[in-house]
Amino acid sequence: MFYREAGQFKTSYKADQAVFPIFQDKVFVAIWLLIGFVVIPMLANEYVFRAIFIPVIIMALAAIGLNLLVGYCGQVSLGSGAFMAVGAYAAYNFMIRIPDLNPLICFLLGGLSATVVGVIFGIPSLRIKGFYLAVATLALQFFTDWTFSRIDWFTNYTPSGSIAVQPVAVWGFVFDSPIRKYLLCLTVLVIFTIIAKNLVRGRIGRAWMATRDMDVAAEIIGIRPIFAKLSAFAVSSFFIGVAGALWAFVHLGSWEPLAFDINLSFSILFMVIIGGLGSIVGGMLGAAFITLLPLFLNQLPIWLGINMSTAMVSHLEYMIFGALIIFFLAVEPLGLARIWQITKEKLRLWPFPH
Amino acid sequence: MNDNDRKLGPTLLKADNISLAFGGVKALTDISFEVKEREVLAIIGPNGAGKSSMLNVINGVYHPNAGSVTYKGTVRQQMKPHEAAKQGIARTFQNIALFKGMSVLDNIMTGRTLKMSAGFLAQCLYVGRARNEEIEHRKKVEEIIDFLQIQSIRKTPVGRLPYGLQKRVELGRALAAEPTLLLLDEPMAGMNIEEKEDMSRFILDVNDEFGTTIVLIEHDMGVVMDLSDRIVVLDYGKKIGDGTPAEIRNNKEVIDAYLGVSD
Ligand SMILES: Nc1ncnc2c1ncn2[C@@H]1O[C@H](COP(=O)(O)OP(=O)(O)O)[C@@H](O)[C@H]1O
Ligand SMILES: [Mg+2]
Repeated sequence: MFYREAGQFKTSYKADQAVFPIFQDKVFVAIWLLIGFVVIPMLANEYVFRAIFIPVIIMALAAIGLNLLVGYCGQVSLGSGAFMAVGAYAAYNFMIRIPDLNPLICFLLGGLSATVVGVIFGIPSLRIKGFYLAVATLALQFFTDWTFSRIDWFTNYTPSGSIAVQPVAVWGFVFDSPIRKYLLCLTVLVIFTIIAKNLVRGRIGRAWMATRDMDVAAEIIGIRPIFAKLSAFAVSSFFIGVAGALWAFVHLGSWEPLAFDINLSFSILFMVIIGGLGSIVGGMLGAAFITLLPLFLNQLPIWLGINMSTAMVSHLEYMIFGALIIFFLAVEPLGLARIWQITKEKLRLWPFPH
Repeated sequence: MNDNDRKLGPTLLKADNISLAFGGVKALTDISFEVKEREVLAIIGPNGAGKSSMLNVINGVYHPNAGSVTYKGTVRQQMKPHEAAKQGIARTFQNIALFKGMSVLDNIMTGRTLKMSAGFLAQCLYVGRARNEEIEHRKKVEEIIDFLQIQSIRKTPVGRLPYGLQKRVELGRALAAEPTLLLLDEPMAGMNIEEKEDMSRFILDVNDEFGTTIVLIEHDMGVVMDLSDRIVVLDYGKKIGDGTPAEIRNNKEVIDAYLGVSD
């Protein structure tokens, strides 16, 4: 009975249309924000920020972005790594070529560059679907891999081809310590999550979902497929591009093209599938899960006192990922988010099961 | 139907010599007919007669090989479905074409897409027009929900609903566009008697209250005779009859081809 709607009658559509119409949801969100901005900064140490929270947050941003495209609009993409690369390299080039440009502006410009690339590579989606579209986005992945390792202009002619950047400084405030980086990323994630939520509950989100569920019917209602699909590519790439810039500048600090290869694209797609297609919170859960699982598997033999080689651990990781992907695709396509929702529904009834 | 002349307005839609073929299959051959404003026109005929194809031509899903459609006085060879939507043509499908992953409310809200105009930034932030128009259109959608008596399922994902209710929601989604011309492709197929009665009542009410012109495809002759002002009969892609229910009932060719078998 912690979580129930009974007695919360909406007296206006405005109240019912609110982001979180149920009071307990508001409380939940407030608690999560409190944990994120106050409790974690007080408790966590540098290692935890660097190894867990910062990568999880940035990946959550990327996964939410991809979910807008795949989960909400139904367009498969294997190009997330590429969009992150575009975001990162574009932000870098804006930063070194335009003196004194605010790094946050550079990140946004990185995101916008990814948007442009996303719209261009989204054009095939007007003609092809599913598997074929996935292959087309894969082409983008190879294209960016090649571009950023072969065209030296993008890396400012650094001999090694890798890029190293200074800690991000905004108006003299330097995001150099893990806790500062964490708070920066968390703030960005919160803002982008709100935007994603707003989009999916409004006209544009309905246009995406309608296109996903039944494109002929969507068009007959007046939703132009070109608008729905390309806007989903645009917004999704923007999110992923900004995530790429954060990943490079805030998390990695120095990187080479390999940091954004096909494996990253797959990881983000797995986050979306495991987290839950068509769910914002799913993106976060998936990102946390996929980032934490290897750490957990590395620790497990130590906790259990078993002697296991690192190679074995990484093989195990692949097997578990594989099994989970199949499980979620076959059994629970709505992913962890659905399990989360079921838990909430149980809580809503608890302690009376009926 | 003596009150027809009082009720009906000028011609809203006119099909002229429409022909449509898929490879070697002639779905429609030289079809012409008219629909008057506020009329309920039924298209009947056996399976494969070309009824659905005709609706698809009217709202731009199929482009005819020959002939033209005149709608609101403008002649066109072809147009895109979203253009048809903009001009006030809405429809439902023979095989339900709802947005399965969305709730009843969202499905019907989607029907109002063309009436919304908030900019992208306003939608990102859910402020200003984006917020106001969501609330304003929600009111309209609730009216439709009340009209169709589906209040209790408004938050249910449509995929979970029984067939009859899905058909009703699909009608709601089409109504949300406040169409001038409503095309219904077998709105009562697979329904029990009670559901058919409900659906018939909704269709008549829509026609009465909002003056919506309706073109419907239906197999149940009882329903067709009750609902329609006029009937067009297709058989193997050809028009074999066009007239009031009384005229159709006595049309020799129609009886031979169609009615004789079912009655
Ligand atoms: N998209 C299509 N591709 C090929 N043939 C089609 C298509 N749509 C309809 N047809 C054919 O056109 C004819 C008329 O079909 P249809 O309009 O669906 O008939 P009805 O709705 O009267 O049962 C049928 O022979 C059908 O097979
Ligand atoms: Mg049909």
